[in-house]
Amino acid sequence: MPHAAYIFDAVRTPRGKGKSDGSLHEVKPVRLVADLLTALQERCDLDTAMVSDVVLGCGQALGEQGGAIGKAAALMAGWDDRVAGCQVDRFCGSGLETVNTAATRIMSGMEDLIVAGGVESMSRIPMGSGGGALFFDSELMTKAGSVSQGVSADLIATLGGYSREDVDAFALGSQLKAAEAKANGYFDKSVVPVRDAVGQTILSHDEFVKPNTTMEGLAALKPSFAKMGAMGMDAVCLAKYPEVASIDHVHTAGNSSGVVDGASAVLIGSEAAAKDLNLTPRGRIVSMALVSTEPTIMLTGPAPAVTKLLARTGLSVDDIDLFEVNEAFASVVLRFRDELNVPEEKINVNGGAIALGHPIGATGGMLVGTVLDELERRELKRGVCVLCIGGGMGIATLIERI
Amino acid sequence: MKNASYEIRPGGAALVTIDMDGGAVNVMNDAFLAMFNEVLDRLEAERDNLSGVIVTSGKSTFIAGGDIAKILELRGQGAEAGFAFVQGLKAQLRRLETLGLPVVAALNGSALGGGLELALAAHRRIAVEDPKAQFGFPEVGLGLLPAGGGIVRSVRMLGLMNALPLLTEGRKLGPAQALKAGLIDEIVADQSALIARAEAWISGNPESIQPWDRKGFAIPGGDMFAPANAGAVAMFPSMIFKKTKGLLPAAERILTVAAESTQVGFHAACELESRAFAELLMTPAAENLIRTMFLQMNEINAGASRPSGHDRRKVRTIGVLGAGMMGRGIAYSAAISGIKVFLKDISLEAAEKGKDYSRALLEKAVERGKRSIEDRDAILARIIPTESIADLADCDLVIEAVFEDVALKHAITREVESVLRQDAVVATNTSTLPISMLGEASRQPDKFIGLHFFSPVDKMHIVEIICSNQTSPDTLALAFDFVQSIRKTPIIVNDSRGFFTSRVFSVFADEGDRLLKDGVNPVVIENLARQIGMPVGPLAVQDEVMMDMLLRSFETNRLLDEQLGDNYASTYEVCGEFCDLMSSIGRPGRSAGAGFYDYDEENGSKTLWPGLKERFGGDTQLPMDDIRDRLLFRMVVEAARCLDEGVVANVRDGNVGSILAFGFPVHTGGVFQFIQSCGVDAFVARAGELAAAYGPRFEMPDDFKSTLNRASAPASRSAA
Repeated sequence: MPHAAYIFDAVRTPRGKGKSDGSLHEVKPVRLVADLLTALQERCDLDTAMVSDVVLGCGQALGEQGGAIGKAAALMAGWDDRVAGCQVDRFCGSGLETVNTAATRIMSGMEDLIVAGGVESMSRIPMGSGGGALFFDSELMTKAGSVSQGVSADLIATLGGYSREDVDAFALGSQLKAAEAKANGYFDKSVVPVRDAVGQTILSHDEFVKPNTTMEGLAALKPSFAKMGAMGMDAVCLAKYPEVASIDHVHTAGNSSGVVDGASAVLIGSEAAAKDLNLTPRGRIVSMALVSTEPTIMLTGPAPAVTKLLARTGLSVDDIDLFEVNEAFASVVLRFRDELNVPEEKINVNGGAIALGHPIGATGGMLVGTVLDELERRELKRGVCVLCIGGGMGIATLIERI
Repeated sequence: MKNASYEIRPGGAALVTIDMDGGAVNVMNDAFLAMFNEVLDRLEAERDNLSGVIVTSGKSTFIAGGDIAKILELRGQGAEAGFAFVQGLKAQLRRLETLGLPVVAALNGSALGGGLELALAAHRRIAVEDPKAQFGFPEVGLGLLPAGGGIVRSVRMLGLMNALPLLTEGRKLGPAQALKAGLIDEIVADQSALIARAEAWISGNPESIQPWDRKGFAIPGGDMFAPANAGAVAMFPSMIFKKTKGLLPAAERILTVAAESTQVGFHAACELESRAFAELLMTPAAENLIRTMFLQMNEINAGASRPSGHDRRKVRTIGVLGAGMMGRGIAYSAAISGIKVFLKDISLEAAEKGKDYSRALLEKAVERGKRSIEDRDAILARIIPTESIADLADCDLVIEAVFEDVALKHAITREVESVLRQDAVVATNTSTLPISMLGEASRQPDKFIGLHFFSPVDKMHIVEIICSNQTSPDTLALAFDFVQSIRKTPIIVNDSRGFFTSRVFSVFADEGDRLLKDGVNPVVIENLARQIGMPVGPLAVQDEVMMDMLLRSFETNRLLDEQLGDNYASTYEVCGEFCDLMSSIGRPGRSAGAGFYDYDEENGSKTLWPGLKERFGGDTQLPMDDIRDRLLFRMVVEAARCLDEGVVANVRDGNVGSILAFGFPVHTGGVFQFIQSCGVDAFVARAGELAAAYGPRFEMPDDFKSTLNRASAPASRSAA
């Protein structure tokens, strides 16, 4: 590698419930990011003129969340005019995509300091509002066998033999781990409270976590995707997976990722930047991988992405200390665990999106911060972040603590 | 003016009355376009002196749509020709709606397909209150889409959500429904009021312009991403897939064009509609549907297979012997068609019970508002339950529908013939027993015939008519007329074992059982059967029919084989083997709560019995294409043998029969059209591969190409 890509810092907003009664609903997306940029600037004592680009992931790049929001956020934060900005859409992989893109730009030696991350105000710009051929063009959908992601997750559960109890038990684990981490302050290093113009706190901690979750409570929830399945999506799945007799609709609001508002920002740079700006690297981005798989089942990308990543680095699962696997749906993580034989205790040690929420374009950047914080807290070396993505894709990043 | 009259009304409106030469209905073809071009030229020339335009028809209906012969001709010429033709039609309609004059479509009767599209290009649609009139877009049923601007205008007029069901389902609406749906604007009582009302509207609306040509026009409900539409737009592709299994591309294309038409201007929307038409025109499904479901179906309905030289007769009174499942259904179907029915069983009580079936069905129809109470009472009054054979003395036709037992059927035939008039016909409803054998008991074997009804009779719109070696053409003609009079499609087959439909369908079950025996995962067998377009898998179908019953018929066939020196039962011997096995372990099928499937009575669901995997493995990996083709080709090869042996005389009866009787995938156009669509040589080659890999049951008869050519010859129409 000609140049190392260092992580100097990673911050995020707390995750607010992504509905009109969520705490961050009143905060516009550009403000969510701008305040994170300000926080980075303060924490790193940053000369913003040295930042070449603000690259933000966003799943629904339209309206107040559209139009190269990275540039908008830099201006809103009062950063130097010389800072460029853009936004990137790879659905749920958008945030990690920006981290990987920023890292490769640093590694190539073409640039020295980039902010990656993402933003998604799901309460203000709901999922699907950006349209997209993949979800609305009937010609393509018929050709590709597109179904709702929830139905895909149910198909994964059916094929893997994960029962309703299995996925609920996983969800309960996510809630308990997240509640404990939150209570013990494990997220405090990265979380920047959202405040108003006069400094009053709007939200200081993740508000989606439900520490009182029980198996009974989870079991009482209705399957979310059975109706869509019966209307025709099950038939689409069976046409591709004729060994499946029927889809077991196990996913509910309780064992799927939460709809939340939030933003993330990761400061990535070169050795030269570290020296010039007197920045201390916390971690290094070692390698990355992107894959795409069969689009109907759609969410099976994580295992092949990590397999590709490990093959490139010559490492094995045993060499990785922590995995942050985005909990889009419980079955996605269970399948990842089983496909790669990853020990349970290495995966999502502080819970995941089921408990904390999944602010689509922001999540990747959040995972990087979370795994880095935990590597530091546990004094471990390597962490992998990985997400499943619409259309069948998967994206992964390997990080080393310094 | 050829094919239309052009008249200036006293109020200054031009009245254009379309009346194409040489047909009962107006259809759109080259002559139509030439005529309409002439009309438009004249309208444009005289525009300044006209107050408006009224378009109506000189036939009993308005316009029936595109000329099917023209569509096939276009297909032969290629996609570009298809595109050019519909673009030509569109350009004419555009001239009509932008003439600068108010245009009224005076719908004196049905306006379907292109006819309705022409009406949508008018500024006002007024229809006559005619219970027979129908309005709709039937193109999807022929594998096509409305390409005269029908998608573009209906979406712009009604909104995406209201237009899509009309476009993708091909439903035909009566005047009141069409008014409610917004396809027409008003209804007048009769023909005489029609033109007067059209003239009145013209004088009240001199400045007519289409909504989509007004500045600031917005589609009702918004574009495809509008909140009212987006959710459904995302859901519809899978809903359509569930119905079509991806085998019938038209509905999906209509959805695509309709949705996309909301994203672009009128002109571009029309272009993409034409392009999609050209694409669909060239799909095999379009040709298959047109040939079988339109042309061949019309030939059958017109009596192409009916013996010529015999007057059409109306059967007024029938007797039905046996008020069981089949007898009661036959009684119902006849009674709703205005035929008086004596429904006879062993006791009056049993006969009444048979009539209860009609009572229940009619009650439901009244509840749903589909029939009036008077209607129900009149139908029920036509069904006369009886225990006395003497009551049947005056019947024109008696249909015996008792248990499948030769001796019993013989006895019943003798009994009923003893009271019948000399000219009456006796029909036997059987799926298994040779008609010639059953006819041996008849005093007049020439007036004895087989009528194979399908269950449930009220829902299955086909009857297989089987002639014995002595049935007279006159008897066949009467049976044909009767079947048509109860609104079912008659196909004519010869008295060969299993006749046609049972023989071909039995091998579907047999091949499913063979795959199971070969160790293929039963889930895969069932799913792939549905994937090729069969309504249910071979295992499910055996559960539905009940394997103990199938076993009885298999054993009957074995006995008949011994008696007649045949070996018919061997064509589905593995099915027989499985029916025996499953019955013997107490799993004969659905009614017993256990068969190839386990049935959960509480929630009505079913799952494949895990015991199948224990007994047969289920882990044999065969190529998926082989599994699909084994299921599909097995039926088609058996049908080819039927044609070769003369069990059916022509392709149309086999094609239509296979689709209506046992749900052979409609996109193929039926068993024989499937071969033609594949190409005979390619089909025979693939059958040869299957025969080499899986056994001689896939061997095609010799020189099948010649056989198929002979049987595909156009129908020689009868005098009838």
